[in-house]
Amino acid sequence: MNANILLIVFLPLLAAIIAGLGNRALGNVAAKVVTTGALFVSCALSWPIFLQALGGGMEPTVVPVLHWVTSGDMRFDWALRVDTLTAVMLVVITSVSALVHLYSWGYMDEDPDQPRFFAYLSLFTFAMLMLVTADNLVQMFFGWEGVGLASYLLIGFWFRKPSANAAAIKAFVVNRVGDLGFMLGIFGTFLVFGTVSIPEILAAAPGMAGSTIGFLGYRVDTMDVLCILLFIGAMGKSAQLGLHTWLPDAMEGPTPVSALIHAATMVTAGVFMVCRLSPMFETAPVALAFVTFIGAATCLFAATIGTTQWDIKRVIAYSTCSQLGYMFFAAGVGAYGAAMFHLFTHAFFKALLFLGAGSVIHAMHHEQDMRFYGALRKHIPLTFAAMLMGTLAITGVGIYWLHAGFAGFHSKDAILEAAFGRGNEMGQFAFWMGAFAALLTSFYSWRLMFLTFWGKPRWAGSEHIQHAAHADHTAHAGHADGDNPPAQENAGSDVHHSAPHPAAHEGTAGYHPHESPLSMLIPLGVLSLGAIFAGWLFSHAFLDSAAFWNGSIFYNEGLIHAMHGVPLWVKLTATVVMLLGLFGAWLAYIRNPSLPGQFVDQFRLVHRFVFNKWYFDELYDFLFVRPACWLGRMFWKLGDEGIIDRFGPNGVAALVAQGSGAARRFQSGYLYSYALVMLLGLLAALTWVMM
Amino acid sequence: MEGLPLLSLMLLVPLVGAAACFFAGAQTARLVALGTTLVTFALGLLLWANFDIGGPQWQFTERAGLADAFNWALGIDGIALLLILLTVFLMPICILASWDGIQHRVGEYMAAFLIMETLMIGVFAAQDLFLFYIFFEAGLIPMYLIIGVWGGQNRIYASYKFFLYTLLGSVVMLVAMLWMVNQAGTSDIPSLMQHDFPAGAQTWLWLAFFASFAVKMPMWPVHTWLPDAHVQAPTAGSVILAGVLLKMGGYGFIRFSLPMFPEASAQFAWLIYALSMIAVVVTSLIALVQHDMKKLIAYSSVAHMAIVTIGLFAFNVQGLEGAMVVMLSHGLVSGALFLCVGVIYDRLHTREIDRYGGLAINMPKYALFFMLFTMASIGLPGTSGFVGEFLSLAGIYKISTWVALICGTGIILGAAYMLWLYRRVVFGTQRNADAAAMPDLNAREWAMLAPIAAAVLWMGVYPESFLAPMRPDIAALDARLARAAPAGDSQLKTGNARTRPANAMTGHDAAPGQHGDIPGEGAH
Repeated sequence: MNANILLIVFLPLLAAIIAGLGNRALGNVAAKVVTTGALFVSCALSWPIFLQALGGGMEPTVVPVLHWVTSGDMRFDWALRVDTLTAVMLVVITSVSALVHLYSWGYMDEDPDQPRFFAYLSLFTFAMLMLVTADNLVQMFFGWEGVGLASYLLIGFWFRKPSANAAAIKAFVVNRVGDLGFMLGIFGTFLVFGTVSIPEILAAAPGMAGSTIGFLGYRVDTMDVLCILLFIGAMGKSAQLGLHTWLPDAMEGPTPVSALIHAATMVTAGVFMVCRLSPMFETAPVALAFVTFIGAATCLFAATIGTTQWDIKRVIAYSTCSQLGYMFFAAGVGAYGAAMFHLFTHAFFKALLFLGAGSVIHAMHHEQDMRFYGALRKHIPLTFAAMLMGTLAITGVGIYWLHAGFAGFHSKDAILEAAFGRGNEMGQFAFWMGAFAALLTSFYSWRLMFLTFWGKPRWAGSEHIQHAAHADHTAHAGHADGDNPPAQENAGSDVHHSAPHPAAHEGTAGYHPHESPLSMLIPLGVLSLGAIFAGWLFSHAFLDSAAFWNGSIFYNEGLIHAMHGVPLWVKLTATVVMLLGLFGAWLAYIRNPSLPGQFVDQFRLVHRFVFNKWYFDELYDFLFVRPACWLGRMFWKLGDEGIIDRFGPNGVAALVAQGSGAARRFQSGYLYSYALVMLLGLLAALTWVMM
Repeated sequence: MEGLPLLSLMLLVPLVGAAACFFAGAQTARLVALGTTLVTFALGLLLWANFDIGGPQWQFTERAGLADAFNWALGIDGIALLLILLTVFLMPICILASWDGIQHRVGEYMAAFLIMETLMIGVFAAQDLFLFYIFFEAGLIPMYLIIGVWGGQNRIYASYKFFLYTLLGSVVMLVAMLWMVNQAGTSDIPSLMQHDFPAGAQTWLWLAFFASFAVKMPMWPVHTWLPDAHVQAPTAGSVILAGVLLKMGGYGFIRFSLPMFPEASAQFAWLIYALSMIAVVVTSLIALVQHDMKKLIAYSSVAHMAIVTIGLFAFNVQGLEGAMVVMLSHGLVSGALFLCVGVIYDRLHTREIDRYGGLAINMPKYALFFMLFTMASIGLPGTSGFVGEFLSLAGIYKISTWVALICGTGIILGAAYMLWLYRRVVFGTQRNADAAAMPDLNAREWAMLAPIAAAVLWMGVYPESFLAPMRPDIAALDARLARAAPAGDSQLKTGNARTRPANAMTGHDAAPGQHGDIPGEGAH
């Protein structure tokens, strides 16, 4: 296994280097074959490890790679750690990444920069694998920043677009805020435990519960402050409330990127971190309450926004944000197995939804606005089927009494039951927030489906479609004239409130959506299987089996019993709210399409608040971005030039000029005057010392 | 190897080369300078290979009496070794960087650079206080000339400002040195490092040295010479300025202020912290709004040097080693960033950020190098920048969480201004036809950037090669500082351990209270 894990992790790096440096010399096909091939090998090598863990009794192994740093009593190495928790992440990362690589063959087919794209994808995979195989906090931080870099590069992949560049920088900088917390957490952990090795920290953590430490002048509970600092890192990477603003903007990247990085893998790194450190978090009750609260708040907050967005990718992005919230509050109440299970199933169905959305966008000639979709069911039936599977999975369709359902049914129900079963106030809070969010999840997911695949075609209003149709059928050009649809969704929000614009944009504009090529459909098919079966197949291992986890996470036997003992109505809650959401979406988007408009007219302020994403971007712009630039200019013009230079060197210069005017009779040169001053000073000093 | 005065040789070779350059024609001068610096670099590698880690603290010592209290005394420890290596590594690259850019008075220019090299090696190798002072101050002159003769339009003001600032600090330092030699009866630096000066005297001696080193560093608020000097200096001048001259301040702290005046260092630690925190925040914000590439990188240097000073004054091994690695890393990375600016400046003759854009299209190789150095500057793990920053901040965290937090904001602001710079220069669309027509890196530019890139990655992935030589010296310094090291504000106090996990569920009662588990919150 040692050789295998080295191959799993380093093949993608090797492929990235070959494709990246080879670039144009290598050619598109070679670069794609190398990277995709490497990923499929990694994937093939990962599954046996996972299956071994599934068989039970997976012993953790650590494969040393290279010494990294020794500084005093701080020491850390490059090493690969494999235990059950890692094995789960390995299959998630390599499987989704391999499929996304394959999918990108079709999706990026027309892009001139393909080697670069595939190199970035493989580089990302390498960094993510380094993150999940980390045996110490610093290597985890390496992976953490590495995925951040890859994410930055991929969001800004289309570097000619200003919006893509802005989104890339925003993602990096917002993540860095979280990273600062992570770094301080590492420093504090090192201070307390004298090591950054994860197993050693976890072993020593219970002994430190109850101790206190100084932080920013206050004396606080050691474990609470350490865990909260580390969790701030997780909040950044996993886009939790407050540090979430980068994720929706990250949709500027190509859609395969959104599927891999911003749905299945990178954004779940925070959840992984909390689970990896779960024995440590269990010594920190306040930190856990904080995790639960943030998770629960995010899951609802993001879901509300998801119900109002028009961009198909943004809906799914907010959905991701919301689902991550579920994972966090599951971890917060101690159900780490359920958190990891949801991470696992979510990876499949969310990647499926994103790739499906990509297939829709591909079919609709880069149009992402759902107002210009409609009736696509018959035109791209395979994509429709895949999206349907994804939707059934995310909304948690299943039958309780048969214990059978789509992936999300198993994992989301488990989380809600755990939150309720936890039995404290924070658990209750999380349960109700989660239940309401599940209703909204169902609503926005079906809203997406109905707007996209049902109804009448509304393609004519789309500029992208007009472009395509224009090129193909000049005859139809006049058809779509006159009405200029707003391209930016937040340009004048009032225009948008009434759901699908009636009549004006209806029609096909003579456009014929085309089903995606096989390279895109195969990943959709495979992921559909995951969305259907991943929950049913693995629920026992993830949720109920201490042998499966084998100590790699904190396994809470008592909570498992409490979960199974919750009242029936709790167990049925998820299904009921799912049906309600579906009914609501059907009512509003199939039965009576004028309903959303009326609703928005009724609650204009609320809608505007939610539609504009609770004004977080505007708030941060006002609080941080503008003041930073203003302060920078002030410090520069007023501080450096206005005060320091004016009274410092320039002031002295003026004095010297006056003085030298007087001394001009004796000295003509410029440098001489300094030399004289220096000499006099020296003489004076020498005299003084000799005395 | 025995008996070969390697250090003297390294001082002599560039001087001979300089003399030859002075009288040679342009192309000959370039070749001679390149050859000379390569030979010196080879000697530096020889020095490294023969340096005995774990051997005596001072190696390659040479001594010859010149005057009563003034000796030709050379010798290096691990700290000096690394800084000498940095110097001789950057020099050939500087010569290459000036290959096409400098067209008038080439011989004199190369001579100035080679003299500069001798003086810089001398600073790190000198074991006599006055010898050090001579090297330290004489280094000003070639730099003054390089900026003043081969600089940009506003070079006179910049060189004057540079000279004035650094000179003012030095005079005070000289007075302090004279007093020290008088008091201790020796000008031998290793002896002085063991000498215990009376606490009262330490205070003013420390301040006198501080005046000089703070300017060299440069620390806020005596940093304003740096942006002007950088902007006006030719590319290679900026590289040496950022790569080596700024390191003399840090070297001064680590060689003189800390070991010779430990009590005063602890006494004034608050001053260092305050200035460093201000520097990180203020200069980072200033860097954010710059329009001139060189100015932006210059301001970022001030912020990075603040990480050096807090590391040095963390009084522990992580801080000291971190500070050293930041110095080495910054020497490479900011040098490389100035080279990157130079590459496009040579093509378009402007430092105005807005004149560029979309260079990723016509200069993809350049974009790759620039990205690597940008990331190293931001401190991405796997590059040299991370190791230093991480250790420095880990060191200071033990002393003051506030300082760690405030200086830690540098990693956020640093990312913001560097990525914003990169975005405007390399990404985006090609706005200007002349910028869009610029060719990608040529072989000479490759030869400049590739070695630095390799060194940056090496130092990031396997920094042990660079940590090992200085480990004994840092340990010795740490031991000497132990008596004065301030107590940190993050002291751990063990209490009654909670044995139950927070989410324990046995018997369905709630876990131990979610609140009220923080004894004495708010109390100090």
